[in-house]
Amino acid sequence: MTPASILRAGFRDQNPGLVQLLGLCPLLAVSTSLGSGLGLGLATLTVLMASNGIISLVGRSLPGEIRIAVFVLLIAALVTSTELALAAWFPGLHTSLGIFLPLIVTNCLVLARAESFASRQPVTHALLDGFAMGGGFLVVLLLLGGVRELLGHGTIGADLQSLFGSAIPFEGLRLFGSEHGFLLALLPPGAFILLGLGLAWRQARMANQGPASERSSNEPVRSSLPPVGGVAS
Amino acid sequence: MADPADSGLHRGLRAALLLAASALVAFGLVALVHEGTRDRIAEAAHRQALARFDEVLAGTSYDNDLLADSITLQDPETAGDAATVIAHRARRNGAVVAVVMEIVAPNGYSGPIRLLVAIEPGGKVLAARVVQHKETPGLGDFIETRKSEWITRFTGRSLQAPAPAGWRVRKDGGKFDQYTGATVTSRAMVAAVARSLALYERHRDEVLAPTARIAP
Repeated sequence: MTPASILRAGFRDQNPGLVQLLGLCPLLAVSTSLGSGLGLGLATLTVLMASNGIISLVGRSLPGEIRIAVFVLLIAALVTSTELALAAWFPGLHTSLGIFLPLIVTNCLVLARAESFASRQPVTHALLDGFAMGGGFLVVLLLLGGVRELLGHGTIGADLQSLFGSAIPFEGLRLFGSEHGFLLALLPPGAFILLGLGLAWRQARMANQGPASERSSNEPVRSSLPPVGGVAS
Repeated sequence: MADPADSGLHRGLRAALLLAASALVAFGLVALVHEGTRDRIAEAAHRQALARFDEVLAGTSYDNDLLADSITLQDPETAGDAATVIAHRARRNGAVVAVVMEIVAPNGYSGPIRLLVAIEPGGKVLAARVVQHKETPGLGDFIETRKSEWITRFTGRSLQAPAPAGWRVRKDGGKFDQYTGATVTSRAMVAAVARSLALYERHRDEVLAPTARIAP
């Protein structure tokens, strides 16, 4: 497994948001704006890299009976630490993400990567996989958040400063008045519809590349998922 | 080599010890981070709260720690959590110049709406602001100042203007315009502000009492 193939898997071939469909609950709930999408994406990326790194170091020495339990413990500790750090340094973001921050513990993406990848790979590969998978998730959150904010509010990145602090040099763009906003985009059904369009776009691209490449990049996804990864959360 | 039963016991014990050790490590990590961030979190929460208070106080200057100078009022006419209202006092030279009520409107369209209502000693509303709500985006969120100016209509109102019977939305025969399509939210907001004014009237002496503490 090469670094390039790990990156390609996370960002494209096995993208958590568009291909594996892991962590859909936070993805759909939080992606109401570019800022909150960025916040949750970065928090998930941090947790994923830290958990992958640690689990790659200790995972192999753990007996099978307690492996998953230890993983969950470690992930929970990392998520709690991340949440405390955000509350201390980015209180606006912490308030805005609310319950979806502690719920990263239940994002099956984190446990799936720990079990199916990090515990069997050297630490550098595990870290890179955490970065690629977290990055792939972040990109989908940014796209969905950006499109929903634009359609619903007519702005791009308008809440970045209130979430990340006034040190951010970007005040956001307003393309049209919020009274012309498309309300559906901000509501949960809009999130499902837009994600559905994203999935369709991806499927169309896969189909164009021919059946051979579809099999090579789609099938291993399903089979490499551990049973726990199939639990939607 | 030990016999199989013994090795099974050994294996189980080893797993249990490893699990306990992992729990300790996880606990230690969280405890460390908690210790390292506790002061900053308290400070950030304090700053956030003060910024919100300054917004409703609309420029009223005060010289006390109004987060610490508070009394809890009980509203006998409301049930549940919403019955508890915290009143913070902003003072200048010991005299109360404004009261900020932390009040909950229990009957929002989708859950309670938490708001701050600042009242000047004479009983007029200085300003009201929503702290937290779950109203429908694009429909019920007109109560936020970044969405609409609707909430500023409470400024300057009191239980005399309009009279208590007028503290309803226009649809119910009152003096306040409901926001089109969000009558439930408007109704809840008007009732909550009226309730904070009524509570202030009822407890006026208690709320305006001079500070008992010796100045620090």
